[in-house]
Amino acid sequence: MIHKISPTTEPLWVRISLLLTALAFIGVLVVLPVAVVFVEAFRQGMPAYIAALSDPTALSAIRLTVLVAAIAVPCNIIFGVVASWAITKFDFMGKQLLITFIDLPFSVSPVISGLIYVLLFGANSWLGQWLIDNDIQIIFAVPGLVIATIFVTFPFVARELIPLMEEQGTQEEEAAIMLGAGGLRTFFAVTLPNIKWALLYGVLLCNARAMGEFGAVSVVSGHIKNYTNTVPLHVEILYNEYNFMASFAVASILSLLALFTLLLKTAIECKFSKTGKI
Amino acid sequence: MGIEVKNIQKNFADFVALGNINLTVPDGELVALLGPSGSGKTTLLRIIAGLEFADSGSVFIDGVETGEMHVKERRVGFVFQHYALFKHMTVFENVAFGLRVRPRESRPTPFQIRRRVMELLSLVHLDKFHDRYPSQLSGGQRQRVALARSLAVEPKLLLLDEPFGALDAKVRKELRRWLRRLHDDIHITSIFVTHDQEEAMEVSDRVVVMNHGKIEQVGTPEEVYHQPSNGFVYDFLGNYNEFAGWRDEKGEVHLAEDDVWKENMTPSSSVTTPINIRTGHWLSRYPELVGAIRKVMPNLLTTPDSNPAPIPEVMTTGQQLHDRLAARGTPVRIFARPHEMFVAKTPEGEHEYIPAEVIHINPAGSLAKIEMQRKNGAVLQVEIPKTIVDQLAICKGDNLLVRPKNVRVFE
Repeated sequence: MIHKISPTTEPLWVRISLLLTALAFIGVLVVLPVAVVFVEAFRQGMPAYIAALSDPTALSAIRLTVLVAAIAVPCNIIFGVVASWAITKFDFMGKQLLITFIDLPFSVSPVISGLIYVLLFGANSWLGQWLIDNDIQIIFAVPGLVIATIFVTFPFVARELIPLMEEQGTQEEEAAIMLGAGGLRTFFAVTLPNIKWALLYGVLLCNARAMGEFGAVSVVSGHIKNYTNTVPLHVEILYNEYNFMASFAVASILSLLALFTLLLKTAIECKFSKTGKI
Repeated sequence: MGIEVKNIQKNFADFVALGNINLTVPDGELVALLGPSGSGKTTLLRIIAGLEFADSGSVFIDGVETGEMHVKERRVGFVFQHYALFKHMTVFENVAFGLRVRPRESRPTPFQIRRRVMELLSLVHLDKFHDRYPSQLSGGQRQRVALARSLAVEPKLLLLDEPFGALDAKVRKELRRWLRRLHDDIHITSIFVTHDQEEAMEVSDRVVVMNHGKIEQVGTPEEVYHQPSNGFVYDFLGNYNEFAGWRDEKGEVHLAEDDVWKENMTPSSSVTTPINIRTGHWLSRYPELVGAIRKVMPNLLTTPDSNPAPIPEVMTTGQQLHDRLAARGTPVRIFARPHEMFVAKTPEGEHEYIPAEVIHINPAGSLAKIEMQRKNGAVLQVEIPKTIVDQLAICKGDNLLVRPKNVRVFE
């Protein structure tokens, strides 16, 4: 018998053990915890689950999370598109510096980024007295949550767009301008359709992170019930109060959001790979 | 009318992309900007289009200065090398784009747009493909869409940046013949950039040869090919063989023997220093050749008896060669096209010959293409009628005598 084995293929036992190792890791570290969230959430049955979610504190946390994301994500869409446009379509001094700064939130611990804002806007900071005098509350209030969330999530859109726009170059835009189109027209008729899938992908990741952010938000929030508690913070508070079932119930919303994001992300990737190529 | 480019200067940091360019393109002409990459031809095209700005100088389109004019107002059609079609729009939408973005008062009605687009698509033979997307078309078809799109805005001037550069050889040939015909039909002033001399020759009314940000020559294809103004133009417009030589005080041009037999030259400043034929030297194996050379250049050869001292082999550097030629007269570069070479087995008349060995024969076609290696290692390209190859019974490995019969000399 002749065995025809491709040179890059390993023997069966190697393949199986590699596969099992990978599956074991995913099972123990990813699938199991997610499953536990749902099992624990429904441990006391559906009515208790619904009761935990419709608790006014939980509802207020959900509302706040949605509000923060609803402000932070559009801000980052605008920032991300503007920054990637600037970086990829023209040359200017300090371009590399800008790219480095966009990446900064990825490399800074979220807790530290929260802390930066406390130091900047808190009562004892240099801006603090002025803010108090003018009756502006940033730290331990919604604006602080929004600012911290924007900071943590701002690389997502730009990071998705920059490589794509760099690859696409400026020829289509030049063609549109040569044909008499103005700047805005060129952006909406030519640039935007070319980047829409990458933009959507970036928005999705940005949103998932904005809703799930814990560290930075935790520092600036002050954990004021019904006022500055977002969903992730609420989960922690319930857990610390030994209210495990409610804690897992609220956590299950975040898990569902994650699963939904994953699904959309896969769908977009699929679409993206079809239309992304010329 | 047409286009006038005056004193255009463009630098990228220290690099001079365009140095004081002056060019006039008469109305209705099809002009090729020909040059190697980095010669500034695309930069010049983009400056005329308004996609880039010159550091100084001005461009006039139909006598109007374009300096303050926005790209939108120039009415210039531009065709990109990689088509730059709008990927998410159909062929129809691509062509209609330029009409749709017009300000309301000058925008045609949807019906007029439809008619105009379909007219253009039939002009480029793509009317059947109007609802396809660019990704569903071949490269040649895409470039035709790009051309139709640029013509839709009724430009006064059509600019094409290496329009066929991304296509394969066969499609390229087809498309450039087609472009020529199209231009004959619609007579729009057009400038296209190319690095392919054949393309420039075949398509254009006039060729502008560029190098290092300068215009080397402007002329009809025939002029630039047959009366090249300098070595670069000659070099760029076709295959050639180059020889070193010098011009004497009577104005006669001589091939440099140094260059020919440099492997055994004495390190002397005189070009005609006798060559010492030692035993084992390749020339000594060809007594008839020695005789022939002695006949044309009697003072060149000595025998070992008259000069017994061994002479070290020296390699001639370009500078040494130049110095030696300069001692004789004015150093010149002598050029001949492959079809301007004469090949013989034995010397005839009073001509100066170069011995060379046949290393390859390509007998396809009525002209045989022969590659020959000179004793200094340089390869000569020779094209001679197949009948002569048969007559002389030329085979690979033969040592022949070569002489350029028609040369151009540049200093």
